[in-house]
Amino acid sequence: MALSMSSLSSQVAPIALRVATTCCCFSTSKTHYEIRNLARMRIVDNSAIGKAAAEIGKPPRVIHVYNKKNIGHLGDKVLVTVKGEMRRAYIVGLKQKQKANVPRMDTNNIVLVDDNGNPLGNRIHVPIPSCLRGKGGDLTKILSLATKFV
Amino acid sequence: MAASIAQICVKNIRSFPLRQIDLVYQQTSCVCAFFSTSSPLSQPKKLKHVINYQRTHAEVARALRKKQNFLHHEMVDKHRASPLQSGTEQVSEKTGEAAPRDYRFVMPEFLPNPDFRYRDKILEKMERQDMLRRRAVIDIPEFYVGSIMAVTVSDPHSPGKTNRFVGICIDRGGRGLQAYFVLRNVVDGLGVEVMYEMYNPTVHSIQVLKLEKRLDEQLYYLRNAPLEHSTFSFDMQPVTLPRDAPVPVNTTKVKLNPKPWEYRWERFNLKGIEPLELTPKMEKGIKAHAKPWEDYDLMLKYRQKVNEDEEKSIMTEVFQENTRIEGERKSSRAVLRRKK
Repeated sequence: MALSMSSLSSQVAPIALRVATTCCCFSTSKTHYEIRNLARMRIVDNSAIGKAAAEIGKPPRVIHVYNKKNIGHLGDKVLVTVKGEMRRAYIVGLKQKQKANVPRMDTNNIVLVDDNGNPLGNRIHVPIPSCLRGKGGDLTKILSLATKFV
Repeated sequence: MAASIAQICVKNIRSFPLRQIDLVYQQTSCVCAFFSTSSPLSQPKKLKHVINYQRTHAEVARALRKKQNFLHHEMVDKHRASPLQSGTEQVSEKTGEAAPRDYRFVMPEFLPNPDFRYRDKILEKMERQDMLRRRAVIDIPEFYVGSIMAVTVSDPHSPGKTNRFVGICIDRGGRGLQAYFVLRNVVDGLGVEVMYEMYNPTVHSIQVLKLEKRLDEQLYYLRNAPLEHSTFSFDMQPVTLPRDAPVPVNTTKVKLNPKPWEYRWERFNLKGIEPLELTPKMEKGIKAHAKPWEDYDLMLKYRQKVNEDEEKSIMTEVFQENTRIEGERKSSRAVLRRKK
């Protein structure tokens, strides 16, 4: 409503208004192909916090990757900030180039988990790479939610 | 004694036609003859069997003719022949038929790298043999960028041990055993691309569901196009083309999404997209990065292509081998039908 009101006054105003109201209406950095700190991700499960983050248009950012190189790959555990909270998540889809027979997704996907490794949501609505099935560990809990594998 | 043997050897070498393999063979036999001084040799004895790949058809036939004290290998190995093989013996059709001119578009991975720095003829030859051996096992059909394909790969973790993916071929490349293609599809609203290596042993089958070409050599711009352009059903039925029909070209023009794009598509001179609305900045970029002189650079074109004679010889070899494989398949299929 605020947008429509301001659009009457001038053309420049709506953008200024949105910038003023939300933190930032567009991103100033390119999507990272490599998952390192501050890479923007997409939550693909139906957890409440993930949905809320998608609604306000603020993607979660990686703040730590749980491996020695600090660069995330398929199946790695990451720490992300979602709506100002720190959450753990698993990478289940990457935009960067992959090896043969491993799918490359159009977005960098993560699934949120709690501290014990149990997923926060109870459904994943995107395809999951089939190669993750061999990894084991906490990933098996995530894979049991998946509806489709590619 | 030794001197006389050497003389004979030298004579032999001179009298022999200058074929490399034969020459090498003669030389090795010479060396052997020098050391075996105890045997009363009038001529160097052939010690090792060397396969001469350059033997003509007639020479091979002569070698396999019935002779005294000679058992044909088929008689010796009779017990090994499987009953499935009866009727599959294919008479090799050495007609010397050259490959059709467009064969290099059908199987571009057989062509070597045109850059001479990366050439290795022996490696290329061996890779070609391996590729043909693989092609004898699985059917790698003719396909182009823009064709809709289905690939089944082995997947040890899936319940059926196989994983099938359907999509449009957006890229094809690589040479030799590293040849690959990329399929793209939209699954549950998310664009998915998978790169497959054509000669990867985990690939079970490659099927072309719809054979067609697109206007561009690579379709990576589909990533920045609406999803309906790269959405294909997984249970799509294969569309058959009439025999000897030319490959149809799909001339659909894709409307790209507004920016941001993955690449600056306006600079790629793409034919498969609708005309873009160019901003002055874009026009400036196009002008700065255009290379109009490359159209007239004959040397560049020459360097980017494999020598025509070489291409012809390679493609003839591949074509003959492929027709042989095809013939064997047909006859084995006929045998199976007869058994039923």
